[in-house]
Amino acid sequence: MKPMSVTRRRLVLSALGLALLAAMAFVVMRSGPLAPTRVTVVRAAEGRVAPALFGIGTVEARRSLQVGPTTAARVRHVAVDVGDTVQAGQLLAEMDPVDLDERGQALAASLARAGSLVTAMESQRRDALARKELAVVNTRRTVELGAQNFLSASAVEARQQEQASAEAALGAAEANLAAARHDQQRLQAEQAGLKQQRANVRLVAAMNGVVTARDAEPGTTVVAGQAVLRVMDPASLWVRVRLDQGRSTGLAAGLPARIALRSNPAQALPGRVARVEAVSDSVTEERVALVEFEQRPAGLSVGELAEVTLSLPSPPASVVLPNASLKRLSGQLGAWRLEAGGLQFAAVRTGAMSLDGQVQVLDGVKAGETIVVHSEKELAASSRIKVVQALVAPQPGTGGQQPGQASQQPGLGGRQP
Amino acid sequence: MISLAGRDILHSWGKFVLTGLGLGLLIGVTLSMAGVYRGMVDDARALLNNSGADLWVVQQDTQGPYAESSSLRDDVVRGVLGLAGVERAANVTYLTMQVRRSDGAPGAAASSDPVATGGDASGEVRAMVVGFEPGQPGEPGYLVAGRHLTRSHYEAVADVRTGFALGDRIRIRRHDYTVVGLTRRMVSSGGDPMVFIPLKDAQEAQFLKDNDAILNERARTAANPAFNRPGVPGLLEAVQAAQSANHSVNAILVQVRPGFDPEAVAAPIRRWKHLEAYTRVQMEEILVAKLIATSARQIGMFLVILAIVSAAIVAFIIYTMTLGKIREIAVLKLIGTRDRTIAGMILQQALGLGLIGFVVGKVSATLWAPVFPKYVLLEPADALRGLVVVMLICTLASTLAIRVALKVDPAAAIGG
Repeated sequence: MKPMSVTRRRLVLSALGLALLAAMAFVVMRSGPLAPTRVTVVRAAEGRVAPALFGIGTVEARRSLQVGPTTAARVRHVAVDVGDTVQAGQLLAEMDPVDLDERGQALAASLARAGSLVTAMESQRRDALARKELAVVNTRRTVELGAQNFLSASAVEARQQEQASAEAALGAAEANLAAARHDQQRLQAEQAGLKQQRANVRLVAAMNGVVTARDAEPGTTVVAGQAVLRVMDPASLWVRVRLDQGRSTGLAAGLPARIALRSNPAQALPGRVARVEAVSDSVTEERVALVEFEQRPAGLSVGELAEVTLSLPSPPASVVLPNASLKRLSGQLGAWRLEAGGLQFAAVRTGAMSLDGQVQVLDGVKAGETIVVHSEKELAASSRIKVVQALVAPQPGTGGQQPGQASQQPGLGGRQP
Repeated sequence: MISLAGRDILHSWGKFVLTGLGLGLLIGVTLSMAGVYRGMVDDARALLNNSGADLWVVQQDTQGPYAESSSLRDDVVRGVLGLAGVERAANVTYLTMQVRRSDGAPGAAASSDPVATGGDASGEVRAMVVGFEPGQPGEPGYLVAGRHLTRSHYEAVADVRTGFALGDRIRIRRHDYTVVGLTRRMVSSGGDPMVFIPLKDAQEAQFLKDNDAILNERARTAANPAFNRPGVPGLLEAVQAAQSANHSVNAILVQVRPGFDPEAVAAPIRRWKHLEAYTRVQMEEILVAKLIATSARQIGMFLVILAIVSAAIVAFIIYTMTLGKIREIAVLKLIGTRDRTIAGMILQQALGLGLIGFVVGKVSATLWAPVFPKYVLLEPADALRGLVVVMLICTLASTLAIRVALKVDPAAAIGG
């Protein structure tokens, strides 16, 4: 190798030294306290946010009933199975009547006996009546003869006593007859009651619907009120949605809804808030709303998880900022405004927020001002910053996504379609 | 006057530059090691900073939620909010687990460096899942991309170290979450990146069992005659519902009203709420002095050894470099050069070598620091300290070399 001249060596060495110095300067400026914090900015612009509420819920039946006996009883037979469609009045199951039929027979016999008793009493009354009429005739005749002194006073009095006795006997016979009739009525009423009891062990459907559960099989003893079958009306399925209390402003009946079922998260089914419950859950801090489907999808199952997005009316146009730009500095909500002199924290008051992260700013920031959105670390008023296009290189597949548009589709918790 | 050191360097510039480079890489390794140690401590501090809390309220007699497990009922926060001096308070849950990308996610095909992100080829990342209430303490303070959560379920903000991209769908237990925002330097005390999800989802992820376990538990309860009595319909259902419900959180993060002493706010919580409350200082003590103490000492020990070895190598290099020039020095002595000039030459060369080594070390450490899977914090103060130490070692080493040089016999120049 030809030795280099001294000048050339000096040049090479100086170049190397300069390169090292440049590298050092670059390192010092890129890291450590001298390095600027890279940020992205947005120009505050007037716009409208599309506020919406988001909650998850489960599909429930508005009308469902549990069919069971009113007294403790044993199930004799169950006529329907889960999934069967039933009509109102249809026999679903029958409880064991135990001795009800025998008691009915006994009552029928008692009733027949009561009828005979009434007939006997009727005859007794007629007998007493005949005796009384005879006594009346005899008394009249005796009294007339006694007045002409053909008969003694004692004979007259004896006849009068006979008449009084006959009248009393008639009264007794009439009372007996009435008692026998009342007895008959009582037995008839008892028989009617027994018939109802007999009917009561037959469990019938109170409405049209579908059997969702068969909780007891023949032979099972159930207590009063325990369900043997559960029936629900499939036309009355709706979604019971739970919404975070802190994010439920504007929740009202009639709001349009988009329902994504866990079984088909890609499809957003239209719906409407049918009711907002007056009582909210104080333990989970959630409000409860019931959302009806515009058109009920086929194959809907009770208990299925659903995600519901409720669209709220859009507020008037105002300055709109992405929620990533809002920071909290010593308890005060605000945003970092980029000014000629550096950063300044502008306290803001916010209004509605859309699900894609756009926030309505009521005051604190004017349209046209430059606001810091993303930053590499926490900012302070003295921070040196460098504005860049993006802090994270967009990855292929998600490229070109702007802040706030990361998830326009509802954030579905379900499986991938 | 011509610079003897300069002339000598010009003479054997290749050797000099290569020696400087080698020295620099060694110093770079030492600086990186210091950075690893600082990074560990900083990870612990970052965890505290990011929670944005002045007070941590945890289960009594525990040092939760980071160092020990702690479990509180989630309605306790209401009582804490009512205490004097409390500005804001919010529930939070922490759970370290493997988080994986859902199949067919938009970003699944994106190539992300598994070393830099801590993930592996299957898209699984060890992460600390944080359940927080949006807008409350515990929320990530700043984002580097995307937006904060707006839905109360199934959205996530992830640290960039997880390797997830905006729009990715990640799976935590049985639910899929959409990554809507990215943040930075949000790590657990162990350096695992964080994934932020809504509190209710996190409670479910932490305490809800898998389907098989739930079914088994139901069967077990049904088999227990105490819970499944024939005469009490509905009891079994009630017991099973109670088993699956969960209202626990790991800690309450409290922000103290300006002007209040955190310790003064913590005292009534400890005394009357029967909970443990830690101030920032106490929490830092727990994290730095207890949680990462052993591993930090491990790294620290290694750093000390590395520093000693580096110093020895630097000294030997300079010493042998001087020994290599012994003949030239003898010639210098022969032509009557003063001892001071020779000593100056050796010292200047040693210092120059040290300087080059330091600059190369600093630059290389800064360049390779981001490639480390865990955070490496290169503090300027450490670098300065390093510079002073390098210069000191070079000076010391050169004194050894100077002694040899001055003792050399000028006759050696001719005698060989």
